Amino acid sequence: MALLEIENLTVEFDTVNGRFRALDGVSYSVDPGEVLAVVGESGSGKSVAMLAVMGLLANNGHLWADKMEFEGFDLLTMSAKERRKIIGKDISMIFQEPIASLNPCFTVGAQIDETLKEHTELKRGERKARAIELLEAVGMPESAKALKKFPHQMSGGQCQRVMIAMAIACKPKLLIADEPTTALDVTIQKQILDLLLDLQHESGMGLIMITHDMGVVAETADRVIVQYKGKKMEEADVLSLFESPQNPYTKALLSALPENATGDRLPTVSDFHLGDGGAS
Amino acid sequence: MAQDIILEARNLVREYRTKEGLFGKEHVNRALKGVSFSLERGKTLAVVGESGCGKSTLARILTLIDPATEGELLIEGKPINIATEKLTKEMRSKVQIVFQNPYGSLNPRQRIGDVLTEPLMINTDMTPAERRDKAMEMLIKVGLGPEHYSRYPHMFSGGQRQRVAIGRALVLNPSLLILDEPVSALDLSVQAQILNLLADLQDEFNLTYLFISHDLSVVRYIADKVMVMYFGEVVEYGPQEAVFGNPQHEYTRTLFKATPQADVAHIKARLAASH
Repeated sequence: MALLEIENLTVEFDTVNGRFRALDGVSYSVDPGEVLAVVGESGSGKSVAMLAVMGLLANNGHLWADKMEFEGFDLLTMSAKERRKIIGKDISMIFQEPIASLNPCFTVGAQIDETLKEHTELKRGERKARAIELLEAVGMPESAKALKKFPHQMSGGQCQRVMIAMAIACKPKLLIADEPTTALDVTIQKQILDLLLDLQHESGMGLIMITHDMGVVAETADRVIVQYKGKKMEEADVLSLFESPQNPYTKALLSALPENATGDRLPTVSDFHLGDGGAS
Repeated sequence: MAQDIILEARNLVREYRTKEGLFGKEHVNRALKGVSFSLERGKTLAVVGESGCGKSTLARILTLIDPATEGELLIEGKPINIATEKLTKEMRSKVQIVFQNPYGSLNPRQRIGDVLTEPLMINTDMTPAERRDKAMEMLIKVGLGPEHYSRYPHMFSGGQRQRVAIGRALVLNPSLLILDEPVSALDLSVQAQILNLLADLQDEFNLTYLFISHDLSVVRYIADKVMVMYFGEVVEYGPQEAVFGNPQHEYTRTLFKATPQADVAHIKARLAASH
């Protein structure tokens, strides 16, 4: 059975200019132990679908789906209270801006502790030991000291490690990483990606990687979904996607990579004829 | 060949002094520890490095915003030191800069036309009509249209804003353009359009670029020469083919290894290793 199964998900937002359809009938499924990459440019709806799963859509958001199930539990009809038991425990998420997603008023230790307190039966001392253990697992130097630090005392890479530690605190079955390395330097990016893949290997959790970076996709994914303007353009395993992309948009994206440049000019998405009007 | 060198830096050092409290001890942070290079007209030098390596400090010195603590800066053979002498308008217009974030570098209350004419108003004696014509011409050069002249920045996409920022930098006919991560905030397909635009403009105006970036695939595509920086020092400096083909310094190799690769052979190797 798939871990997460979404069929025909549509998300719309109320705006001053009327309804805006951010996601248009897209289906996703992730198996345990699988790395799924969702790739697309800004406005492709790649984050919106996962925010819908987490129940984090803004108040002006509306969603419909034929099916949205996690381990057979229906996320559509579930009450907010029931959902909170799953979110943060069995499904957790890492966001793009590590420094902005931590609370600046509390120490790192307090923030990891909050997750453990909510979802586990551990006692105070056990929770502290677990927090140190988690920081060690994500490769934080001097993890016992790091517990007492505030987010502003750490670098972006360290904050992202703390975010990952919080996300894996309750051994989730599904981890959603929304552009986890976009704000980081390449050498730090490499460390964080390696860390995520190691954790995924060890625990056998499903991992959804939302990204716009084809390089990150190539380095991490088993299966890839390419999105454009809220629609799914192509779904394939990683090798066939890079080897023989079927959809014109995928072809355009891949040829816009500077390393694939053949002549003096880079092809842009508008050089390709796309079904619905081309890029802006 | 001396007349071809447009920019030369000799042993540039920049120190920032900070104090811990009013009577506290003074800390000296050497952001640049003796950087030397030269840049030929019409070429592109890429400066590569991670956060904190001094890339942006270098950009601030080269654009004559901050003075260097030590060392010499020569633009078109003339030594310049903004700590001791006042800059002429002519020198000001020689070097221009395009910043990373097109959302932050345009004034939201300024119309695009005013964005483009303001540098001309400050630095030249043109009449309003001449300024307007020049700005219109520049809009078309960067791939926008006359209809964009009286619009505000919020009405533009990220790629279009970066076009405006490039237009603003070029309106004074500079000979040297500093590009501080000009495409890293943009989507892949828009990035390709902006890189094409930069290449076209370089050909047309014989521009010299100093391209600051952390993205090695972009650098490989655009650069003639590459300079790799690490904690304020230049660890590698040479022609693009040499740096990418045969990196000498340990840090350069680490950087190359860390860069994600999107080619089929690499994916095959990864999949083979994991099964």
